[in-house]
Amino acid sequence: MTITETRPRTATPDVRVVRRRLGPGRRIPYAFWVGPILLLAVWSAGSATGLISPAILTAPWDVVVAFGEQWTDHDLLGNILSSLQRAALGLGFGVATGGVLAVVSGLSRLGESLIDGPIQVKRSVPTLALIPLFIAWFGIGQEMKVVTIALISMVPIYVHTHNGLRGIDGKYAELAETLDIGRGEFVRHVVLPGALPGFLLGMRFAVTSSLLGLVVVEQYNATAGIGHMITLAEQYGQTDVIVVGLVIYGVFGYCADSAVRLVGRRVLAWRRTLED
Amino acid sequence: MATDTRGLIAPPAVRVRDLHRSFSESGGVLNGLDLDIAPGEFVALIGRSGTGKSTLLRALAGLDRDVAGYGEIEVPESVSVVFQDSRLLPWRRILDNVVLGVRGPDAAARGQQALSEVGLPGRERSWPFQLSGGEQQRVSLARSLVREPQLLLADEPFGALDALTRIRMHALLRKLCEAHKPAVLLVTHDVDEAVALSDRVIVLDAGVVRADVQVAGRSPVELRSFLLEELEIR
Repeated sequence: MTITETRPRTATPDVRVVRRRLGPGRRIPYAFWVGPILLLAVWSAGSATGLISPAILTAPWDVVVAFGEQWTDHDLLGNILSSLQRAALGLGFGVATGGVLAVVSGLSRLGESLIDGPIQVKRSVPTLALIPLFIAWFGIGQEMKVVTIALISMVPIYVHTHNGLRGIDGKYAELAETLDIGRGEFVRHVVLPGALPGFLLGMRFAVTSSLLGLVVVEQYNATAGIGHMITLAEQYGQTDVIVVGLVIYGVFGYCADSAVRLVGRRVLAWRRTLED
Repeated sequence: MATDTRGLIAPPAVRVRDLHRSFSESGGVLNGLDLDIAPGEFVALIGRSGTGKSTLLRALAGLDRDVAGYGEIEVPESVSVVFQDSRLLPWRRILDNVVLGVRGPDAAARGQQALSEVGLPGRERSWPFQLSGGEQQRVSLARSLVREPQLLLADEPFGALDALTRIRMHALLRKLCEAHKPAVLLVTHDVDEAVALSDRVIVLDAGVVRADVQVAGRSPVELRSFLLEELEIR
């Protein structure tokens, strides 16, 4: 028996009509690193050619040297860990409170009337202006710092989760009613997953605001932490150490934000958006 | 009225008396509607736009708490609704959508069984967006059937599907209804669909029943032209 091949094996033509792509298109490999590396290259080139004088911005290699010195002589690792611990504690409390408040105020009219107003008032009061009050209430120790960071990171979580929750299509609530499910199941299967994209956006803001809060609170009576290190360097006029601190903040922020986005891509696999 | 084997009259699955519903002061959508559906009976509800088909269905489903009106409604304990859109939760996989709110250790097994019945075995782990419109509507049928409803309310469930898919869905729905025997109220704007699927066709006009005809024993052609006349299309 012979098999007739209907398609010639060589040079199969592939003629198709392709529309101009309007979305961002396919992912670039290692896209994550391109921007920061370019920034570093510009900084290095500027310092090497003398366009950026050391008095304005320390050269990258000098920052590396200062990093080494801080690491060996001034317990940089201790500072980093102490800062991370503060940020993580504050962020943890802030995210938990913001999330719970958003769900309560999003699902109940009573909760909304009790919670939403005060949060909007809180939003318009800069948290950093509250620090003197917190010092009076909590002292100048760890509590004041964690509370401040928690308050700063709570607001974006609340706002974006609440917004995401209220944006869930009402037809899903109607469906849930016809399925005779309880409030708990409704929250678990409809409300939380539906509000998740909003929550994750809030998380991106919360992570960076927690670092922002860190810089400020560590200027008050801290004995360790990156903010403390920067404050000391400021007093001694050590620009290179200040830049070390800034770079560390930048790296923290960038990594945390990327982590949130990565988690977002995983847990939002059910969506088809321009992201994919 | 359906009779059981001993010739006794079974109590209806659905009993509606003097039902009034209105969305505004000026006029009612339902104006004193009476309706009985026997257990296991398949009733199609047709009528022009704005005659109160969906309002009646939503009243039976208990989804009209904000609508003004009065009247008596009796429905069975277990009622399930199939909407025009499949209304699958986009963030839950197919099987989780089917067994949403189903209790008991065998929920997953029952969900899988229901998915096979609608011809979608092996799709348990898919996301809703990976399925075609017709497949999504089959999943929503599975979600209704896994609850073993005594009353199935369907609001133009095939309205958004193409003609070919719709014909296949008709065959599937008839097969499923023969196997599970729920009372069915199907709202449709398609006279042929009503004739092909149901035991009884009800024509709604101005919020009351205008015609109520048994399908059995009548020729589809004659029935079709009668219904079209009732709808004032001819």
